[in-house]
Amino acid sequence: MPRATTSRAPAESTTRNGKGSRNGHRTRNGHRSRTVAAGFLLPALLLLGALVVYPIGYSVQRSFFDRSGSSFVGLDNYLALVTDDSLRTAVRNNLIWLVLAPAVATALGLVFAVLTERVRWGTAFKLVVFMPMAISMLAAGIIFRLVYEQDPDRGVANAVWVGVHDTFAESSGFPRARPLPVHPLAAAGGGAFVTKEAVRAGEPVRLPLIGVAPGRMPKEARPAHEPTSPSADTVTGTAWLDFTRGGGGKPNVVDPAELGLAGLRIEAVRDGTVVATATAAADGTFTLPADRADGAVLRLPASNFREQYNGVEWLGPSLVTPAVIGAYVWMWAGFAMVLIGAGLAAVPRELLEAARVDGANEWQVFRRITVPLLAPVLAVVLVTLMINVLKVFDLVFVIAPGSAQDDANVLALQLYRSSFGTDADLGVGSAIAVVLLLLVLPVMAVNIRRIRRETRR
Amino acid sequence: MTAPAATTPTAPSAPSASDISRTSHVSRASRIAARTAGGAVRVFLLLAGLFWLLPTVGLLLSSLRSPSDIAASGWWEVFTAPARLTTENYTQLLANGTITGSLVSTVLITVPATLLVLVLGSFAGYAFAWLDFPGRDWWFLGVVALLVVPVQVALVPVSKLFGAVGLFETTVGVVLFHTAFGLPFAIFLLRNFFAEIPRELLEAARLDGAGEVRLFTRVVLPLGGPAIASLGIFQFLWVWNDMLIALIFADSQSPPITVALQQQVRQFGNNVDVLAPGAFLSMVVPLAVFFAFQRQFASGVMAGAVK
Repeated sequence: MPRATTSRAPAESTTRNGKGSRNGHRTRNGHRSRTVAAGFLLPALLLLGALVVYPIGYSVQRSFFDRSGSSFVGLDNYLALVTDDSLRTAVRNNLIWLVLAPAVATALGLVFAVLTERVRWGTAFKLVVFMPMAISMLAAGIIFRLVYEQDPDRGVANAVWVGVHDTFAESSGFPRARPLPVHPLAAAGGGAFVTKEAVRAGEPVRLPLIGVAPGRMPKEARPAHEPTSPSADTVTGTAWLDFTRGGGGKPNVVDPAELGLAGLRIEAVRDGTVVATATAAADGTFTLPADRADGAVLRLPASNFREQYNGVEWLGPSLVTPAVIGAYVWMWAGFAMVLIGAGLAAVPRELLEAARVDGANEWQVFRRITVPLLAPVLAVVLVTLMINVLKVFDLVFVIAPGSAQDDANVLALQLYRSSFGTDADLGVGSAIAVVLLLLVLPVMAVNIRRIRRETRR
Repeated sequence: MTAPAATTPTAPSAPSASDISRTSHVSRASRIAARTAGGAVRVFLLLAGLFWLLPTVGLLLSSLRSPSDIAASGWWEVFTAPARLTTENYTQLLANGTITGSLVSTVLITVPATLLVLVLGSFAGYAFAWLDFPGRDWWFLGVVALLVVPVQVALVPVSKLFGAVGLFETTVGVVLFHTAFGLPFAIFLLRNFFAEIPRELLEAARLDGAGEVRLFTRVVLPLGGPAIASLGIFQFLWVWNDMLIALIFADSQSPPITVALQQQVRQFGNNVDVLAPGAFLSMVVPLAVFFAFQRQFASGVMAGAVK
């Protein structure tokens, strides 16, 4: 892994360098070289001191003072993180982020890194998955705002979701269809409609409805007509859209251009129980057996009229955090994949081959050999992503619509609002900043210990 | 990029060396099983690749549709009527002074912030690697400690500080902030890289009477090329893509592209004809850098994992 090499290599040279300085020219040139060193270092150290180190001290100190900055409040600003509702949401969401985002991104990166080794176009695939790393979170945010648009006709996520949903659950054909008062149908409660009078065999039944936009009619619908051959053995009739485009049709009459309500479900109901069912044909005609339907009323069940399934509200209060995490994973799985891929390249092939020869299947090889060997890399990736996730701001800020920002809130966003929002409280803002800093302290300690070991050796 | 992914999986692939060694001594049945598994892997990766590509394709196609088309249907409808695609949104956008101005602002922030980090970072990296001064290792450890400091810690204090010295909402302020937070990683990376330069080279130059400055410009900088390039690309993309720091410190009259677009996000639904081409425009430079310098970018990202 490159990171390991960059950090190990200097160790030797430092020792070499150290030896060199003992060789003597420190005494002679000591003073001069100190001035030179100061010249080389000063600009960088000044900037770091003024814009990184000093702010840490300022934030720590400011976090113990109230909104106005004049009175000392101790740990109150920190306590607000667990007592204040909107702050609590931010903390809770950050925890969800911390658990979900790095794990999912790393898991996907691992799977991609392992699998791309087995296809010839692995490099092209890696390029595609790695590419989002190069773009801004703002651009990624706009990309995913488009993906998550609510209207299934505009947002691809809901288009796919509704497509899958409608494949398994039949969509209802005629939302908002209804009879006119002059029609022989009346509301029966629960969204169903029922004939005002009982039907008789041999007398054609009319089931007219209005309120379906012409563009929303089923493609197979044909011009409706009265049943051709009424017989005493059947109850027949026509269910049609009693509406002539451009006007001119008469209510409750099957006019020539009016379409059959193809697929409309019709139930014959006697004494509250369904005795027979039928479905309207393309021309709206239907047939029920007379022995059961004669004397019954016909009901158009509510399932005909249910609102069309409109997909999931991705950016609504309950799903907005997982949705933004999805966008984050899209951006960062490539990072995990590339790092893990580099680690994978260092795994000795003979080990994997030996296991395969011993009869291990691919899953066992992956589970028992590849993953354990990659454990250090996986840990680095996970920790890195966790640090990164702590600070996530842009994605939430851009993807969560104004109405859902409270539900999507995270610490970095709350820090921005507390510090620069309309109702700013710099005490709370500074406390959040200090918490973010405290959370990365362990990683800072690990970094320092590693470098110390290397420079001492 | 899509072309190889779309065509190769259908073509029968030659078995790789590992396939042969694996299957030569096992039964025909398991060879068939392995081949089906290979097919499943291909299908899975193909779907995953599509999944990764689709959002960006959606943005690109949306940016090429008229506002009325965007309002009426999804971008995938263009496949039924490709002739309706138009570059009108881009023409409009480039005629829009705010957007073109914001692209200029982005350049004016990104280029100095990148150069400054490279210059100051290599000065300090050289000092830490090759100059001798008291407490050197401790100073370096201090810099390493700053690697993981989140920028959030500095937002409020630095805005106060800049306010006091007249740098708040100025390009200079944004550049200085980016430089300061880019420096720890730059110093860390370059110090490690410079330290690997063979001592003999430096000694020889010293014997020839070269001073430290000459040594730095004539020996260290040329040899440090690859690391400096990698760092430069990384820092360039980092600053170009930043939104948060610009949101706070940049001049609100001439914000960089990320902030200019962010201000349009509030009315997302009605602004897709501005946001989609704008976002794509803002991605062009990073994507060009990415495709031109993949290797350097990858190594920069890997080394910068801690940032």
